[in-house]
Amino acid sequence: MNNCRHGNGHWGHGHHHGRKPEYVVALAGNANVGKSVTFNQLTGIDQEIGNWPGKTVERAEGLLQYRGLRIRVIDLPGIYSISALSTEEQISREFIAHDHPDVVVNIVDASALERNLFFTLQLMELKSPLILAVNQMDLAAKKGISLDFHQLSRELGVPVIPLVAIQGKGIVELTDAIIAAVCSPPEPREITYGKEVEERIGRIIGLLPEGVGGYPPRWTAIKLLEGDRDTVWEVKKLSPDTVARITAVRTELETIHGEPGATILSGERYHASEQIVSRVMTHRSAGETRLSVTEWIDKIALHPVLGYLLLTVMLGGLLVWTFIVGAWISATLTALLSHIAPVEPLITGSLGEIIFNGAWTGLVAALTLIIPYVIPFFLLLALIEDSGFLTRFSLMLDRGMHKMGLHGKAIIPLVLGFGCTVPACMSCRIIESPKQKLLAAFLVTLIPCSARTIVILGVVAAFVNIWWALALYLLDFILIIILGRLAFRVLPGESVGMIMEMPEYHAPNPSIVLGQTWQRTRSLIGIVLPSYIIGSIVITAAFAAGLLEPINTLLSPITVLLLGLPIMTGVVFVFGIIRKEMTILALATLFGTTVFSTVLTPVQLIVFALVTMLYVPCISTIVVLAQEFGWKQALGITVVETGLAIALGAVAFRVLSLFM
Amino acid sequence: MASEQLEEYLESILDIEEKNGIAKTSAIAKCLKVAPASVTEALQVLSEKGFVNYEPYKGATLTDQGREMARKVKRRHRLLEVFLTDVLHINEENVHDEACKMEHTLSDETECALCKLLKAPARCPHGSLIEACNRKVDSCSACLAESESLSSCTRDEPLIPVTTLAPGQKGTIAFIRGDNSVVQRLTDLGLTLKTEIQLMRKAPLHGPVEIAVRKTRLAIDHEIADHIFVTARKEKCG
Repeated sequence: MNNCRHGNGHWGHGHHHGRKPEYVVALAGNANVGKSVTFNQLTGIDQEIGNWPGKTVERAEGLLQYRGLRIRVIDLPGIYSISALSTEEQISREFIAHDHPDVVVNIVDASALERNLFFTLQLMELKSPLILAVNQMDLAAKKGISLDFHQLSRELGVPVIPLVAIQGKGIVELTDAIIAAVCSPPEPREITYGKEVEERIGRIIGLLPEGVGGYPPRWTAIKLLEGDRDTVWEVKKLSPDTVARITAVRTELETIHGEPGATILSGERYHASEQIVSRVMTHRSAGETRLSVTEWIDKIALHPVLGYLLLTVMLGGLLVWTFIVGAWISATLTALLSHIAPVEPLITGSLGEIIFNGAWTGLVAALTLIIPYVIPFFLLLALIEDSGFLTRFSLMLDRGMHKMGLHGKAIIPLVLGFGCTVPACMSCRIIESPKQKLLAAFLVTLIPCSARTIVILGVVAAFVNIWWALALYLLDFILIIILGRLAFRVLPGESVGMIMEMPEYHAPNPSIVLGQTWQRTRSLIGIVLPSYIIGSIVITAAFAAGLLEPINTLLSPITVLLLGLPIMTGVVFVFGIIRKEMTILALATLFGTTVFSTVLTPVQLIVFALVTMLYVPCISTIVVLAQEFGWKQALGITVVETGLAIALGAVAFRVLSLFM
Repeated sequence: MASEQLEEYLESILDIEEKNGIAKTSAIAKCLKVAPASVTEALQVLSEKGFVNYEPYKGATLTDQGREMARKVKRRHRLLEVFLTDVLHINEENVHDEACKMEHTLSDETECALCKLLKAPARCPHGSLIEACNRKVDSCSACLAESESLSSCTRDEPLIPVTTLAPGQKGTIAFIRGDNSVVQRLTDLGLTLKTEIQLMRKAPLHGPVEIAVRKTRLAIDHEIADHIFVTARKEKCG
């Protein structure tokens, strides 16, 4: 095996890493086929999750060390096609076609081979050095499905490895196959499609100018026949005349079939896939009358009454956690940590003290956010995602979300938002269309997060009454619906209806759930911790440097004239940018009392809470928005919400003063 | 009896039938605002022509022929409503009555041109689903590409949107309405033409539908699923 390092041909692909060459293996396949489990099995715990440059799709990367070889394993997003309609598809396509991994392991679900092979055929068109890993063999066997792997391997011309990844079965064989493939890359057979299509592929290959994109000519020809925009553009660059001739060939085919080229090719691939499956699969129906576990659970989870009940219990549980358990953990943690050093913002003292206070307050703020709100929420998200419940919840809520221009999946970020806005914004990744993703993130920043809840409860419920606190909540929800509908009209881009696969339920896999929770938490810490600590130091230092008065004066036209608040609140709002509940601490420090009703009138208390609820999302939110969507969008949302807060605050002050 | 009136009867029987299963004489009379006696007379005529099965005192149900006719008129009615609202900007209150008058005089050719002009709309302004046309095409791009050879072929079987199948019922995909990207997304997931699919479940409140295809289950937004039309039997070219 080790001779392979001195082997031939593929040195160009291997990256030199110290003495040993490093190879790259990509895992590709549909969603829900057990890609992540296989990835974990191959790489053990040595993995890192990262974002693709400039884009926001999660990918995992790990190292497989075996027989002296170092192999980088990359887990590509789960996709159904490489027609480049979605970001995930585009990324996978670029990676496979352009970065030339040494081996592509295509993981397929044994029970749904026909659909899975559709994707395999596209990888074969790309002439990827392919290994087919047929996973979930145990489940397929239970359904009475058996497969002839030798025949399948002959049909495709690539190694085929049966797997039960969750039990680790077949992983050794897969690893051996990967190593062997690194040495001598498998060459997939050319699968021929229907005569009408093949004849035109041949004609287009004949027309192709030299050196188009460096892809296999057959792939390029097929893409041109599909009218793929990127490929057409590449050919146009080289020779505009050829494009016209190729388009004529495509139109000819489209006229015969009365369908767009891409649909014709999809039909051809599915036809080829059906043929292959019919030759390799035998299916004896074993007691199909018995309801499967999935159907049983679906009877409850998708029931018009029970389903919503289940949903209410889950969402209710999350809210109870946020308001009671989370709040308690947060308060206890703050109390414990304040024994070590005070966590109120310090505005007088030596520079060292102030910097330390800033850093410490920031650290405490981060910890009291991550431990009670982020980790449990991410854990629950991973649990319902991995078990299969997430798709059912999305299905049940799809209709309601339509009212705000979103679809079912958006319920996840919106609910997470009650805990903390930052992870909620990150979870908007599960929504496909960029427009709906941004819209969901915008609405999430308006959801009253735990910090805003603390302000509303601590200022309004405590010193005015609970009804005004509830009224503020109600106002917020009305605003979310109105702004959602408005933003939906204003934002550019198309909104995509939901099409998703409904996986079968299974017991969540602890290593996947914990791994995903940890990876998400880790990338969140990377944002929250520095923004809190640095932001906190900067603001406290600014005050220590005597900027307190100037800031108050600068903001006084807004705070005093528009909102009718005391001039001191200018600084309080600036503190709130770090974290909203800091406004309460700052208010207490500056006024020297915790009984706010002695320094502010009821109207002022309500206006103060209203503005705090709506203005600038906290600094971590701004950073995470910038990371996910870009600075322009992040600042846009900030400006809109601040403007809204001031406008509504000013109106509230004037209206409420009339009768309070 | 004028054909216009007969078509109006067929339409209202279809409406009532979809709601109640059988169209009672009294219900038809109420719907069309005519005397029950006139309804009885009309039903007799329709029954003689083979459009309805009429049982005195019980009511009427449409025959396959009658249903096809009723659906065709409904389709024209709703297309006209879209046209009147979106293109001519007629006041919404009048749109229904206008369309009622125009629907009976529309030719196949005009109907097809209207559908093309409006880019094959899925729903009328009041939100009701527009039936698929009976031309033998696989997707709307065939029509929009204006290939002449198609026009002479019509389907023998009525197409039904997958969303109107009963849970557990199967059908074969015959036509997918809409622009290329919708068609592409669906075909990539295995919903290709001539594939057998089964409607598993409809989510409450007009939510997504669950479809079994190629041994997998897909949840599809109701509005997207409305674009998928199926038949139970084969089609032929005339």
